[in-house]
Amino acid sequence: MTTPATATAVALAASVRAGERSAVEVVEEHLARIAARESELHAFNHLMAGDARAAAARVDERVAAGEGLPLAGVPVALKDNLCTRGVPTTCSSRILEGWRPPYDATVVSRLQRAGAVVVGKTNLDEFAMGSSTENSAFGPTRNPHDPSRVPGGSSGGSAAAVAAGFASLALGSDTGGSIRQPAALCGVVGMKPTYGGVSRYGLIAFASSLDQVGPFASTVEDAAVLLEAIGGHDPRDSTSIPGGLPGVVDGLAAGVEGVRVGVARELIDGCDTDVRARVDAAAAALADAGAKVEDASLPSAVHGLSAYYLIAPAEASSNLARYDGVRYGLRVDGDDITEMYTRTRAAGFGAEVKRRIMLGTYALSAGYYDAYYGQAQRVRTLIIRDFERAYESFDVLLGATAPTVAFPFGAKSENPLSMYLSDVFTIPSNLAGHPAISVPYGTGADELPVGVQVLAPALGEPVLFRVAAALERSLT
Amino acid sequence: MGARLSRDDVAHVAGLARLAVTDEELDRFTEQLAAVLDHAADVEALDIADVPPTAHPLPLVNVLRDDVVTPCLDRDEVLAQAPAIEAGMFRVPRILGEAP
Repeated sequence: MTTPATATAVALAASVRAGERSAVEVVEEHLARIAARESELHAFNHLMAGDARAAAARVDERVAAGEGLPLAGVPVALKDNLCTRGVPTTCSSRILEGWRPPYDATVVSRLQRAGAVVVGKTNLDEFAMGSSTENSAFGPTRNPHDPSRVPGGSSGGSAAAVAAGFASLALGSDTGGSIRQPAALCGVVGMKPTYGGVSRYGLIAFASSLDQVGPFASTVEDAAVLLEAIGGHDPRDSTSIPGGLPGVVDGLAAGVEGVRVGVARELIDGCDTDVRARVDAAAAALADAGAKVEDASLPSAVHGLSAYYLIAPAEASSNLARYDGVRYGLRVDGDDITEMYTRTRAAGFGAEVKRRIMLGTYALSAGYYDAYYGQAQRVRTLIIRDFERAYESFDVLLGATAPTVAFPFGAKSENPLSMYLSDVFTIPSNLAGHPAISVPYGTGADELPVGVQVLAPALGEPVLFRVAAALERSLT
Repeated sequence: MGARLSRDDVAHVAGLARLAVTDEELDRFTEQLAAVLDHAADVEALDIADVPPTAHPLPLVNVLRDDVVTPCLDRDEVLAQAPAIEAGMFRVPRILGEAP
């Protein structure tokens, strides 16, 4: 696939602010691209063409009135687990089909304030549980680089939307890699911020100690600008960091002279050789640019996958108890309330969501709590300690984002455990609450995109983005 | 490591989670969940009783807002999304059993 010729978000916003192009014109160009290819790719659960045209016209008025909007007229796609007032928000689940939230997520309000134009709600694995979008109740999204392959997941629709030029930017959520893994498979930039750095007010909860909202973009600079637009303290989110995130845009060009980069063995082990070759190339490029590159290790990270697949389902089993047919969404009637609950949930949830709810319920149940959930929480401490030790010697860590390039539909969907292994390199950052970014770094097997992953300690976004920008420059 | 997850365990858990499951689902879920729990045996086997658990990555505690009245969601807008309502409330099926 050739990437559609499209200006960066930064360039688009500058041209709209300068009056060289109207926001209406920009949104029409993107809607035309969507019309040409959406039926093939299915990036969106809900396209908002009419709302987008109206929003673009309002942006043009605000620009004419002299407002200095950082994302003036930039088309943005939203993962369909972010609440949009009056606009269907489904989490790709039958249980929420037709629901229209009575409020906007904070990140949505902030995007609108910055002058962005929302073009639609993107497909995901149901309730963000999956790594391929095959678990969507509304059918999978296809990878723009090869439509016979998955886009990754769970934010596969957002990654595909940016890769196909349907939107200049997109938002996703990342609980175990759900932004970074699809970004890697679709050849775009995807970033998970420090836990608490971006408001989750209006993000439909999956696993609350892990979930974070973050940006997709086609360049590192665009991702940085988007992060600054959505980040910062939000009194409506009790897990929001009081001081917000440090700025990231200003330092992008600072380079990596003297930056200490650790290539983490556990974030490479087991990946395909074509992916490994790109991580090696990235390490070499950073060394060429002046970074000090050495081997690093996170010994407990090998237990991260197991710990994650106990903790995340445990939290999900609690969060998803709210889908009971009482206040919103699907109801299947029964003779008494228990029968109504069990029928509603059986009809409304797909197989993977049911598996995780049951796994989580089991891990929290009497007699197993300490053996599973308690042990997983202790492993989480070990992984955090490993990171602390590594960051005594390094400013950032480098590894692969996903073990493979995009895989064909059906390759892993019959075996949940093999699908879970797609997240093995991304999970440790979620367990620790740290930021991490996937940067497209050339291609592997079948000319498909490969992403390399950069990790930093909590609030380490400035150095994370500096290194990511240096990697991007090294390709040109 | 404990006994492998049984079909009865899965049926019990489905009941706790308020999920109606078919016989075919019970067979399939039992196999799939047992495979995931087998994979988690590495975590179960670690000798780390002395390591404190981490429930959450942030040290924030008791985050409270000021106790002042602020606008909230519009009741009619919220109720308009409910499957069944009556007299400004959510309507649900029978909760208690028939009187003896």
